[in-house]
Amino acid sequence: MNNHTVKAFDEELGVLSSKINEMGGIAEAMLVESIEALVKGDKARAEEVIRQDKALDALQQEIEDLAVVFIAKRQPMANDLRHVMGTVRIAGDIERIGDLFKNIGKRVRAMDAAMVGTRTLSGIQNMARMVQGQLKLVLDSFSQNRPDLAREVWLHDGEIDALHNSLFRELLTYMMEDPRAITYCAHLLFIAKNVERVGDHATNIAETVHLIETGEPLAGPRPKADDTHYTKGLKAE
Amino acid sequence: MNETATIATPPQTAEGPRPKITARNVNVHYGEKHALKDVSVDVPEKGVMAFIGPSGCGKSTFLRCINRMNDTISICRVSGDLRIDGRDIYEAGLDPVLLRARVGMVFQKPNPFPKSIYENVAYGPRLHGLGNTKAELDEIVEGALRKASLFEEVKDRLKDSGTSLSGGQQQRLCIARAIAVRPEVILMDEPCSALDPIATAKIEELIDELRSNFTIVIVTHSMQQAARVSQRTAFFHLGKLIEDGVTDQIFMNPRHELTRNYITGRFG
Repeated sequence: MNNHTVKAFDEELGVLSSKINEMGGIAEAMLVESIEALVKGDKARAEEVIRQDKALDALQQEIEDLAVVFIAKRQPMANDLRHVMGTVRIAGDIERIGDLFKNIGKRVRAMDAAMVGTRTLSGIQNMARMVQGQLKLVLDSFSQNRPDLAREVWLHDGEIDALHNSLFRELLTYMMEDPRAITYCAHLLFIAKNVERVGDHATNIAETVHLIETGEPLAGPRPKADDTHYTKGLKAE
Repeated sequence: MNETATIATPPQTAEGPRPKITARNVNVHYGEKHALKDVSVDVPEKGVMAFIGPSGCGKSTFLRCINRMNDTISICRVSGDLRIDGRDIYEAGLDPVLLRARVGMVFQKPNPFPKSIYENVAYGPRLHGLGNTKAELDEIVEGALRKASLFEEVKDRLKDSGTSLSGGQQQRLCIARAIAVRPEVILMDEPCSALDPIATAKIEELIDELRSNFTIVIVTHSMQQAARVSQRTAFFHLGKLIEDGVTDQIFMNPRHELTRNYITGRFG
């Protein structure tokens, strides 16, 4: 991605990339912190996660502004143009990821501490670990210009969906068993859904990275395992 | 064996309209210098094809082969197969002057004749016997000026010298002059490089209008201009045609690394 005749071209592209890496780092920390806050019922940590989201919003705005100026000034073509447009898209995805963790933070803040401690949490933790792995891999694929890593991320999203699916059924069972658990379990349902959607955004980023690097969309068969929308006639969003 | 069977296979599957110009293994030598090497390309009818590439890559040389402008250079040798509508334009007995009436050319710097605006446009048609009466000639001149989007600006001063116009107007006058002899192909060699952005925009708008009636080949150093005005683009490098294809593909996802390096400004 270097060696333009105009050196400032490379420098400005480099700034855009480093801002994405910065956003990625914040999002990864938010994931860890929000799940920790949930498991430990730590409301101060939850507040911290909510606060961190503002940094992501600001960075996304900054990336968009930089990209607009870059396009106007440098008129990039081919892979350079794909890189700039892709950066804007990835920033959008990470910003949405931040919103999802913020939402988890808000739920933890609202949840009754007494309810914390059921075994279901380990399911969410498992899922969060998988998503964390996907997020790390996709951010690496961007920073290392590796479409092969992006494809790997894209291929493995199905596992998260499958886990989410089983968690969904599990929580439904708890709610049926004990109506007093409904509020708590409903929060957990949303949290699980949020984590699962972070996985979807990681997949979006994987698609963008692949397009940036190769000029071709990711294609081919892909295992999909999210069938929660079939359960009890719920429709897909 | 019929005539077309001897033509080499096209470099890629033809897309869109039929080719107006077909080149197969065209080579150009300027004395010892091998300026153009085995260029094979199809230029589709009624559309704009852009030739891009660094200085000295052969794009203008190839452009000048299409109306045999290179004939005027004594040390220049052209070989290979170059056809318009399937007819070899280098065949013996073909009159280059008649060819140039079919294949008009607009140059980098506007070069109106030191004559009136009217005469600039009327000169070619009169030479080729297109307008026999004053009324016919008037009609041709007005039509050409209108097609070149210049008529409204000059209709009250057709007797003024062509050189009294602004640079952009002069270039449109040259386009009107090229159109007046009713060519089928218009070659443009960096037509906007001497113009300001507003005059450039007017020429680009004009190119967009003209492409419904003419086959246009444009050589430009401005990648953005090539991307804006053309439907197909060919990239030349060191006398070779490296890649040609649909303009959007060339600029978004070129196949060849040389093309990518050039259009993204990475030429070392």
